[in-house]
Amino acid sequence: MNTEDFVSGTAGVRVTGLGVSGPSGQFVAPFDFSIAGGETLALIGESGSGKTLSAKAIAGLLPIGFSAEGRIQLTSGAITLPASDAIWRATRGKRISLLLQDPFTSLSPVHRCGMQIGITIAASRDGKISRQDIQTQVVERLTEVNLPADVARAYPHELSGGMRQRVAIAAALATDPELLIADEPTTALDASNQGEILDLLRRLQVSRGMAALLISHDLGMVRGRAENVLVMRHGEIVERGATSRVLRAPDHPYTRSLIEADPSLTGRAAPDALPISPADFLVTATEVSKAFGDKVVLAGVSVAVGRGETVGIVGESGSGKTTLARCIAGLEHESGGLIEFDGVALAPGRASRTPAQMQIVFQDPYSSLNPMMNVGKSLRLALSVARRPASDVPGLLDLVDLPAEFARKRPAELSGGQRQRVAIARALAVRPELLICDESVSALDVSVQKQILDLLVALRTELGLSMMFISHDLAVVRQLADRVYVMRDGKVVESGSCQQVLTNPSHPYTQALVEASLHPPATQTV
Amino acid sequence: MTTPLARASRARPLGRMLVVRVLGTVAILLVLSVIVFSMMHLAPGDIVKNLLGNRPSSPEAAAAIRAQYNLDQPLYMQYLIWLGNALSGDFGQSIRMQDSVTNVIGARLPITAALTSVAFVLSIVVAIPLGVQSAVRSGSWIDRFATGFGIVGLSAPTFAVGLVLLYALAFYLPVFPVYGAGSGGLDTLYHLALPGISLALGLGAIILKFTRTAMLRELESDYVTFGRARGLPESQVQRIALRNAAIPIITGASLVLTFLVGGTVLAEATFALPGLGTLLQGSVLFKDIPVVQALTLLVAVVIAVIALLADLAYIFLDPRIRAKEASQ
Repeated sequence: MNTEDFVSGTAGVRVTGLGVSGPSGQFVAPFDFSIAGGETLALIGESGSGKTLSAKAIAGLLPIGFSAEGRIQLTSGAITLPASDAIWRATRGKRISLLLQDPFTSLSPVHRCGMQIGITIAASRDGKISRQDIQTQVVERLTEVNLPADVARAYPHELSGGMRQRVAIAAALATDPELLIADEPTTALDASNQGEILDLLRRLQVSRGMAALLISHDLGMVRGRAENVLVMRHGEIVERGATSRVLRAPDHPYTRSLIEADPSLTGRAAPDALPISPADFLVTATEVSKAFGDKVVLAGVSVAVGRGETVGIVGESGSGKTTLARCIAGLEHESGGLIEFDGVALAPGRASRTPAQMQIVFQDPYSSLNPMMNVGKSLRLALSVARRPASDVPGLLDLVDLPAEFARKRPAELSGGQRQRVAIARALAVRPELLICDESVSALDVSVQKQILDLLVALRTELGLSMMFISHDLAVVRQLADRVYVMRDGKVVESGSCQQVLTNPSHPYTQALVEASLHPPATQTV
Repeated sequence: MTTPLARASRARPLGRMLVVRVLGTVAILLVLSVIVFSMMHLAPGDIVKNLLGNRPSSPEAAAAIRAQYNLDQPLYMQYLIWLGNALSGDFGQSIRMQDSVTNVIGARLPITAALTSVAFVLSIVVAIPLGVQSAVRSGSWIDRFATGFGIVGLSAPTFAVGLVLLYALAFYLPVFPVYGAGSGGLDTLYHLALPGISLALGLGAIILKFTRTAMLRELESDYVTFGRARGLPESQVQRIALRNAAIPIITGASLVLTFLVGGTVLAEATFALPGLGTLLQGSVLFKDIPVVQALTLLVAVVIAVIALLADLAYIFLDPRIRAKEASQ
């Protein structure tokens, strides 16, 4: 382990001997760190590495059954862990605040945003503040995170993901804490929002002279946004040092593998694809439109997937990309336009389609597999649709590089990557011509993401699959797509070969996306 | 940045939705009224004899019944006349009591309404706070007590609880009266205490379960963690969670209330209360068809109104449901 001492400055926070134990023993081995006021320390690790438990330990919010040890030295005093509820009540909010990952769940859905910020302000003053002053402060806090004042009257569901996370940041900072812990604050957001949110956090943290602990699985994201980095694996710190040094010359093989797995840091792209003639199109969607009530989700979208071709569809959430995929798969009824498969027009809905035409792999492998069925049963069910024998299960598992014993396991025993492999195997059971992957790797850790992408590339060649790959992440799409469509607000704003769109984007939105995926800010953005 | 706040345009679709819901309720009640009307014709035996009841059956009496119930008219006319009368509050004569159905029901309604209210309010006031506390302190003695209370309340039949209460608190320790409805005001409330408690026990147990389950789920959610993480007092965190848990709790409470409207008969019988439950029981036994018709319709209307109120409560409580309703 590298022991270089990067601590400078006196204000801020110094944590010594922080460890977390759970019902089955120690989860996080004791480690030390310091963060000076106005500086950010990034804690990097994959899910299950213990980084979130460490964060919750510092905020006194460990789940029942877990306990922490160590000492937290803040400017305003020290806390020895484990601490009593009374100590945490005086600490949380006013001294240490924790920002959570998912802005879609971290705000109460039935309370107005202004109220959620307002009660935090009131709590930090022990209720000694007038209603009028709270209102004024709420507007100030919203302005601080670049939101208009009328967001105070909005409910979370009326806001985009990026706006929600801004509201959450305003709420987390409403108490003016000494230390802000941000636990994967952008993982649930789209690429176009991620950079903005991180830069906003950075700006607020520096201008307040606040210490920040930024927790992430994405080493590329912290470049230029943190002074120092800790890399955690299996509950142990394997590398620590200044961010630029760790990114440039990592000491530990694990850090190196993280950097290599990160698409935004390595930048590979598929070679330029040959143009495809319309006769070779397997699926074409022409001027497809769809509205939910008054809300137009697709406003005349035309896309095509050639035989054996992989087409990427990129856009942020709400751009209509998932709805388009669901219309093509017949899971949603389009309001207008024409969808053709193999030159034959398909009526809206599932009745006009056969399973062997197309299959979908969904985003979340935790909810797309039936938890009560073991893997073998799920696969046998899928095989029976195509009248294939149950004896094909081992072959199907082998196809996705899983051992045959997995047939007896239940989804709960599998990791996220293994589940997604099972979901892919299930989709391939009927030997579909088109595989639609709807954000199929975005719920996975970077290194697992890479394995699944490699698997998809191998399967495509092996089975001659046509693929429609939907993602918010251009960096992921360019690893396997031949052609790319960029969607925004229900329209295709740009399309072309992957290479062409990446190297020479013509639409400003695409340019911003490419910018975000290729160059995480290389310098301090203060 | 776009502001997605278009609130002004939302009031109108919401009003339209309200009209649709009310019209839907009316339609269901009309269908029910057809079924209730046909009860008279579907009841076994001769219709005129059924309507005459114990009165001597002479040709004149039979003719009078035929005229009174328009039995010579075509069936749909009979229905329309009956419906018209019912809408103006005239359900005809009770066969058993030789009085207008409206009077018969009017005399019994207050006691049942009071009993229902006492039982409902009692179960809400006890079960919701208890459910919240048992979720917040899950595993503690208060949670174990609440769980035990829930099991007893769910498994003990109303009449058994009523009898135990009667024996313990009216006979052995004569704190409460044994039977009757009292002489109005506080005295009636005093008389309704034991029947109210025996009904409320079962209802409270259901509401307790709904509340505890809903609260446990909400307390595990991210916004609760985030609330604690930014230093909100525990009472405030619980209030936020309870507000989010309100929809399943209201669903439970409205189900319980509809059950209660038809289910007071056991408590009324045990405590000899002259309410609608005992009236329904007697009328069914006596084949007093007009009274049964009127009571069935009354219960149907009350249940429909409760369901409508619960629907409206969802819309009031959850802005996401509001937005969805408005967009349809």
